[in-house]
Amino acid sequence: MTALLKNKQTTSEIGLSGRTAVLDLTGGLYLPEDDALLVADLHFEKGSSFARRGMMLPPYDTRETLNALKEAVFRFDPRLVVALGDSFHDVGGPERLGDEERAALAEVQKGRDWVWVTGNHDHTLPASIGGRVMSEMTLGPLTLRHEPAEGAASEVAGHLHPVGKVVMRGRATRRRCFLTDGSRCVMPALGAYAGGLNACDAAFRPLFPKGFTAHLIGTERIFAIAKAMLCRD
Amino acid sequence: MPKSAASHLPQVFRDWFQSRGWEPRAHQLALLAKAQEGRSVLLVAPTGAGKTLAGFLPSLVDLSGGKPLGREKRTLHTLYISPLKALATDVARNLETPVQEMGLPIRVETRTGDTPAHKRARQIERPPDILLTTPEQLALLLAHREAGDLFKDLRRVVLDELHSLVTSKRGDLLSLGLARLFSLAPDMTAVGLSATVREPDELRKFLMPQRHGDASRANDLADLVVVEGGAKPDIRMLDLKERLPLAGHTAGLSMPAIYRMIRDHKTTLVFVNTRMQAEYTFQELWNLNDDGLAIALHHGSLDVSQRRRVEEAMIAGKLRAVVCTATLDLGIDWGDVDLVVNVGAPKGASRIMQRIGRSNHRMDEPSKAFLVPANRFEILECRAALDAVHEAAQDTPDARVGGLDVLCQHILGMACADPFRPEELYEEIRSAAPYANLSWEDFEACIAFVATGGYALRAYERFAKIVKGQDGFWRVRDARVAQQYRMNVGTIVESTMIKVRLGKTSRSRPGTVLPRGKILGEIEEYFAETLTPGDTFLFAGEVLKFEGLGEDAALVTRANPGTDPKIPSYEGGKFPLSTFLAARVREILADPFEWDRLPAQLTEYLLQQRRRSIVPGPRDLLVETFPRGGRFYMTCFPFEGRLAHQTLGMLLTRRLERARLKPLGFVANDYGLAVWGNGDIAARVGREPGFLDELFSEDMLGDDLEDWLAEAALMKRTFRHCAVIAGLIERRFPGQEKTQRQVTISTDLVYDVLRKHEPDHVLLRAARADAATGLLDVRRLGMLLQRIRGRIIHKALDRVSPLSVSVMLEIGRERVYSDDADEILAEAEAALLDEALA
Repeated sequence: MTALLKNKQTTSEIGLSGRTAVLDLTGGLYLPEDDALLVADLHFEKGSSFARRGMMLPPYDTRETLNALKEAVFRFDPRLVVALGDSFHDVGGPERLGDEERAALAEVQKGRDWVWVTGNHDHTLPASIGGRVMSEMTLGPLTLRHEPAEGAASEVAGHLHPVGKVVMRGRATRRRCFLTDGSRCVMPALGAYAGGLNACDAAFRPLFPKGFTAHLIGTERIFAIAKAMLCRD
Repeated sequence: MPKSAASHLPQVFRDWFQSRGWEPRAHQLALLAKAQEGRSVLLVAPTGAGKTLAGFLPSLVDLSGGKPLGREKRTLHTLYISPLKALATDVARNLETPVQEMGLPIRVETRTGDTPAHKRARQIERPPDILLTTPEQLALLLAHREAGDLFKDLRRVVLDELHSLVTSKRGDLLSLGLARLFSLAPDMTAVGLSATVREPDELRKFLMPQRHGDASRANDLADLVVVEGGAKPDIRMLDLKERLPLAGHTAGLSMPAIYRMIRDHKTTLVFVNTRMQAEYTFQELWNLNDDGLAIALHHGSLDVSQRRRVEEAMIAGKLRAVVCTATLDLGIDWGDVDLVVNVGAPKGASRIMQRIGRSNHRMDEPSKAFLVPANRFEILECRAALDAVHEAAQDTPDARVGGLDVLCQHILGMACADPFRPEELYEEIRSAAPYANLSWEDFEACIAFVATGGYALRAYERFAKIVKGQDGFWRVRDARVAQQYRMNVGTIVESTMIKVRLGKTSRSRPGTVLPRGKILGEIEEYFAETLTPGDTFLFAGEVLKFEGLGEDAALVTRANPGTDPKIPSYEGGKFPLSTFLAARVREILADPFEWDRLPAQLTEYLLQQRRRSIVPGPRDLLVETFPRGGRFYMTCFPFEGRLAHQTLGMLLTRRLERARLKPLGFVANDYGLAVWGNGDIAARVGREPGFLDELFSEDMLGDDLEDWLAEAALMKRTFRHCAVIAGLIERRFPGQEKTQRQVTISTDLVYDVLRKHEPDHVLLRAARADAATGLLDVRRLGMLLQRIRGRIIHKALDRVSPLSVSVMLEIGRERVYSDDADEILAEAEAALLDEALA
């Protein structure tokens, strides 16, 4: 079985409210009609946020997240990039950003329209961080916001950090995933230290009254997994 | 009793011994003499030799002429450290007897995690003469600002069950604590109490500060007092008339015989190797229990209160048998046990001797024990163990090299106690035997880790937990850091356990289970993670149905009567076969003259194996290949224990994958492993005669191992332990689970990031060192690969051989280990497609 998986397949296409959406192995979502790349929950500077409280996590999370972001941006070379909130782990994050990381961020932003949608961790963002700051945004039929709104349709959001857990014959794996019912999509967190909330959690139920398909991000490709195959933690 | 020796003993003690009809034993007097000469000493004695009294006698004598008990302030004279809280309490109780009967002016107290805060504070303010505690509590005491005052007059430290302490990280922590005690109390002597071990010198080093400047190193060893074993144990293998199965560990066939033995003896301890076996054995015995004998169950996952009840009933002599795991391996006095039954393979010679020692706690009478093999291979192992017991051969593990994660914890603790100068602390740490070879670079890396995480990217300087001042001293930044240390002390990472709570079905909403029932005990988090709601498993003597993970516990309900547990095993407490016994098993197997000593059913089986394939020599590796059910199988028999075999299996499948032999899975047990797939390995060997040598070559421990470790769940778990011990992330506490789960960071994510950016970080080095000897047993795998170089014997068979059947039977019984997430996901995705196409 593993032999079949040798070739990396970085993307997988789905339909979303009449649009084509390309799910990316990095956790990004690309909308070809709008030439827009969406990313969610980058949680930059989460490591340093913990370090302030005495937990000295490796200070490479921002770099790592930036690498994933770069990979997605260079793959699609989009006109527009929208970060769906919680781009920084706390409001002090932008100030703690290292010089190297700041430069790397500027490099990916260069020549693109860049939108920071605000989230609960980063309700304000300094102008020095570049791009535009918005509380939500519309793109064709789609509304882009941080926290999914119950009852809304045609929406792409983040906030919940969905992960799917699969157990097959006693072996378990837990991976980040996109959840979608064809109208709404909740995106996985892209941040290197961003934890996850199990897709079976009650928080997802009101968002997908008719159920969802989970697109789990594997090592080499993205897998479409039926809701019934997912397990609780 | 030699006159001169007895003269060390004050009259009141001589009278006391006489009043009990005892005579002080030679080793008790020897320890007294050593103490009076100011020597540290290791006492090696079998169970029942009166070790504890020997350890305390010098202190009791010394204190017998002291200040009368009153309000006057006392100084701490003797510190006693035991690996178990329960043992400390037990010893305190036993000490009270001589103290009271002789009317000695001595105050004895315990200090454990259960000691209330006001009593702890008082113990530091007004210490008792003798304090009984655990390694973790010692670490906490030493990190206290008053530690210097508390310990400066300490005369003696007694380390009980030293042989069991030194084999783990708790031993590392204890060694560092001991080094600090020697600095604080230069007049102190250390006494180690130990069961018989292979290398007493390692323990003798542990008890002495190791001095590096001294060329002679003559003073690096504590004195040694050995008590020769008493009567030879009466130990036999249970010989059943029925044929034992070729695999499996439940010993179902032997249960009636075990039950009869329990009936015929006063009190029996039934030792098993895993909690699952304990559960099974307990259930089977109760099924047979027509006489209504009081048979109890005791293992580490059961709720503490339940364990305490069993222990109390045992001491009170109310039980006829206890089915137990390693939790009862240590020397708590259980009263009058007259038979020990060991179900399943003994796994180690020293372990079996310590277990046997639990019967007849008087050393002049022979202990009586039965070994009960559960499958035909275990007959071999039992035979090897019987020989070892007969020769009194030992196979206790090698001395540890101190873990760097433990060192990090210790450094923070020392900073909490007092500002330190690195050069001085370094010398003190190197005086601890496990850290004698610690390099200055590693020490500095640990300090840097404690301060700011020790990363090449120096991003956290302004958040540093310890700070170096102008005067060259390192200080802890503030009281909050010290608080953090206190919350996270210790080397036992408990957070991997999840409570098991009995749920109640909701009346208003059928099908909903409410977390309202009692706690039954704990299971490993990783076991709970592989359970799916509806799965059934054996626990606490009953079949339970897993309902899901609640807020703080795994929620279960009682399964309908007659339900078979679906989930076969959880590995808690499973020991790998010791290197020593493994070698003996290989020797017995290789020597047909030895076969005469084996039960007929095994000899017959080996003869069959010889006809159909071969029986390998003691240093050879037999590799068999055969087709079966459209697949190609390869089995091999290194006899190096399941952990090493699992790692070998992982690496072999990677290599077979690369060789385009399309492996599909593997299973391993203590004796061998089987790999299967779609590629014909025998055909490949036919074309490339050197193929197997290549496949099993030692270089698999290079890149292949590294690649696998990147993803291996076992490695991530190992890293998590190191991260918690070193203080990178905080422990989770019971009751805090929910909030903590939201706050804590996944160590898997940290592992991935760290491995990529700083592969040589001190924590990764600590984790790799653990993997080498721990769950992955890489070290033993290395020895195995070296041993079999050029000695692989390949047999291409047309069907499975008798030997191979034994490991093939594990398929489906044991979990197939694979960490390949994509493989699991592809399978789940295919299930969706199947559904769509149906």
